Amino acid sequence: MSVGFILLAHTNLHRAVALMQWLDGQGAPVAIHVDRRVPRAAFAPVERAVSETAHATIAPRRRSEWGGFGLVRATQGAAERLLAQRPDLTHVCLISGACLPIRPLSELRAFLTAHPETDFIESEDARTGHWVKAGLSVERLTLRFPFSWRRHRMLFDAAVGLQRRLGLSRSLPHGLTPRIGSQWWCLTRATLEAVLRDPRRPRFDRFFALSWIPDETYFQSLARDHSRHLDSRSLTLSKFDHQGKPHSFYDDHLGLLSQADHFFARKIWSGAGGLYRQMLETGPPARGHARCRSHIAERPFAEVHRQRSTGRPGLLGPGRFPCHWHSAQHQTPGPYWVFEGFDALAPGWHRSVHARFDAAQRGQGGPKVISHGRLFAPHRVELAGDRRVWTGNIPANPQLRDRDPDQYLIALLRQARMGVSGFQIDVEDDVRLRRFVLQDPNARILRIADHWLLRLSRTARGDMHRLAQLAQGLAPGDPAELAPARAPAPAPKAQIVEIALADAVADPIAALSQATAQGWGGAAFLGQVAAAAPYAISQVALAMGHRDAARLREAERARAVRSAGAVRAMTISA
Amino acid sequence: MARRGRQLRALRKAFQLRCIARRTSAIRPGDILLFCTQRNELTRLPFFLDYHRGLGVKHFLFVDNASDDGSTGYLCDQPDCSVWRSEGSYKRARFGMDWLNHLLARYGAGHWTLTVDVDEFLVYPHCDSRPLPALTDWLDASGVKALGTLLIDMYGAGPPGETPYRAGEDPMRAAPYFDAGNYQFRRDGRMDNLWIQGGPRQRVFFADAPNRAPALNKIPLVRWQRGYVYASSTHSLLPRGLNRVYDEWGGERPAGALMHPKFLQMLGEKSAEELHRRQHYANSREYRAYADGAGRSLWTPASTRYTGWRDLQDLGLISHGGWL
Repeated sequence: MSVGFILLAHTNLHRAVALMQWLDGQGAPVAIHVDRRVPRAAFAPVERAVSETAHATIAPRRRSEWGGFGLVRATQGAAERLLAQRPDLTHVCLISGACLPIRPLSELRAFLTAHPETDFIESEDARTGHWVKAGLSVERLTLRFPFSWRRHRMLFDAAVGLQRRLGLSRSLPHGLTPRIGSQWWCLTRATLEAVLRDPRRPRFDRFFALSWIPDETYFQSLARDHSRHLDSRSLTLSKFDHQGKPHSFYDDHLGLLSQADHFFARKIWSGAGGLYRQMLETGPPARGHARCRSHIAERPFAEVHRQRSTGRPGLLGPGRFPCHWHSAQHQTPGPYWVFEGFDALAPGWHRSVHARFDAAQRGQGGPKVISHGRLFAPHRVELAGDRRVWTGNIPANPQLRDRDPDQYLIALLRQARMGVSGFQIDVEDDVRLRRFVLQDPNARILRIADHWLLRLSRTARGDMHRLAQLAQGLAPGDPAELAPARAPAPAPKAQIVEIALADAVADPIAALSQATAQGWGGAAFLGQVAAAAPYAISQVALAMGHRDAARLREAERARAVRSAGAVRAMTISA
Repeated sequence: MARRGRQLRALRKAFQLRCIARRTSAIRPGDILLFCTQRNELTRLPFFLDYHRGLGVKHFLFVDNASDDGSTGYLCDQPDCSVWRSEGSYKRARFGMDWLNHLLARYGAGHWTLTVDVDEFLVYPHCDSRPLPALTDWLDASGVKALGTLLIDMYGAGPPGETPYRAGEDPMRAAPYFDAGNYQFRRDGRMDNLWIQGGPRQRVFFADAPNRAPALNKIPLVRWQRGYVYASSTHSLLPRGLNRVYDEWGGERPAGALMHPKFLQMLGEKSAEELHRRQHYANSREYRAYADGAGRSLWTPASTRYTGWRDLQDLGLISHGGWL
């Protein structure tokens, strides 16, 4: 078993030379190809270094522009030279000047000895389009690409558009299936020679010369035709980002690279001196086995990709500001509760919830219960625990809040991502925010129906004359102001649960317990709040011609009877 | 048109600049350059230079605005600094931007340029393990021309007057606290840049007029090209497309932070001096507020202590933008 390397280099030639010298030191033959566009002065040190090695050779130089057929020609030339010079070679690996070994060469040799007949080349069906992260897939082959993407972008795009419109398409010669995969492969001598000496090769070359990025399709398609046993994966670790360009590896990736089973990694940032020292001077860390499961912790790659493309929900930052017609701008980070009308039923109820859970939570982990008061009341902000600043130093400043109530709420919720937040809302509170909450799918609204009657009767304090005045100013004819849920359009996206006003009036403690249990999953609320729900609501309702006036009167009577009973019971026990 | 106007202004104001230490011939292609205006910052300069040298800045181009504390000489003695001196008005040079625009046009083209103040420190994802050229190489490969940042004001546990600082010290240790969530974002339709306000200055000094709090959006790191020009401090650039450093479709583009440990002991003396000179933005409204509030602490129990870029990444104040 003897493995040789084709090394394609374009820039940072000193790094490519170091890699070549390392391979040479391990007794592995290398054919190094340097892009023909590299000037003589920069090429001279490569020539000098090659002449000082025992096993390295320079491949015939071609212009090898990214995306063009030159890279395939360069690989063909290098392979021919390598195979001719070293008749003992059994395998050839294609690597680049930006690669580094991440396992000892002895383990690669042991691995290839164990799989003497296998060609390791990623070779997926291009027609399914799964492999390509960004850009063209099978069209790389079926269309013609006479223009360079880098230098003549407009002509490139125009040519693609024109061919699509004309419906031009071509198929692979001799009925071959178009295959696509990583450019970096390791082929057996038999397969590589069969590809290079194929009598049909001139026709294939002509076909691929007009295709796009043929270095990811040429060998991938042809090796399938000749291989006795093909394993569709690459021995080189290379991951593409959301733009379809390879992730770079830096000094801090040493741990990640040491966990991978691959033998090489690409691409290494040329300034990653620590990685170069570790892999080429100290030597890459041994895994102690000759397997290559070629899987790697996918999570970090998936995580950065997700964050780049969809972002963190509810986040606004210097790198993320979704435009206003994009729903993500007004996205909240997660579910939260809105209690509508409960503050009118029992003012300050949120404080007793806070006190109750705060005592229970002290010293405990787990999800935290956050019980804000009326965050959007006129001229004041009632943060949980009556704090003056919230986590992250968000001040309880109504002027700041009123600049953009949506953003204020989103910021508060983002700071409390680990907990379950709820806040109170009332008819007097900021209309913009109430509209926002109704349209937010994360909002769970628990509402006492017609709770404005509670507020109204509390304000009137039983004074019927004052009530008449208020009723004139606050007729329920203004749906946007009083009952936004009844506004005809748009349909609310929030989840809304309604409690009938009569039920809330008849048994306020039960209503509050239900709210606590729903919003925070807590046990039934034991009612430290003397349910200070106002009486005479039925009178207000009657005065305003409310349909439930009779039911409300009944509810009030029931409550009066019950509280009288409670008082009697207390007197007896005392 | 606006761009031409600013370029002409920069050219006109360039006559106020006199080069007193020219080492620009040492600039090599691909070097990262730092541009800065300073006045009497002798205490802050040593750490500022070391920090940015450590990041990989290769050459510093300073405009010295009539310093008299010895900082001019100090800068001239540095092997990687070129210094121009101007006796002209900081305010009438649009807060130093005209001078810097001229130097940027002259020396910046083709380089990654970092334009910051002496109390601003660039922080970006992975900055503890990867030097600035790693970032700029990746930005180049990603086709990104400018990096957006959030200016994060830092303060100590006590009032600024009781937050001592000695030359050479890390000011981010002297004033290690910041506001983690108190920021508001808008888009400025004229220049397409983000307009960010918030932080401790808004919370304390501008509580009754939060709309008038200073802007915290900055675009300090730019791959400079002929024809670029900073429009308003480093908040925005022309051509306008450069200001779109944020993602508008829900994703996160790479973004960093400028740590701004401004609230140190020297601030009180400086505020008095700056007030006297009346050379700052909006009639030095900010400095009046500092002078009034020098005894007030910016710290609250909800302040966050800065330990490194990972905090900022987790909080969402910076974004790695897909850079693994």
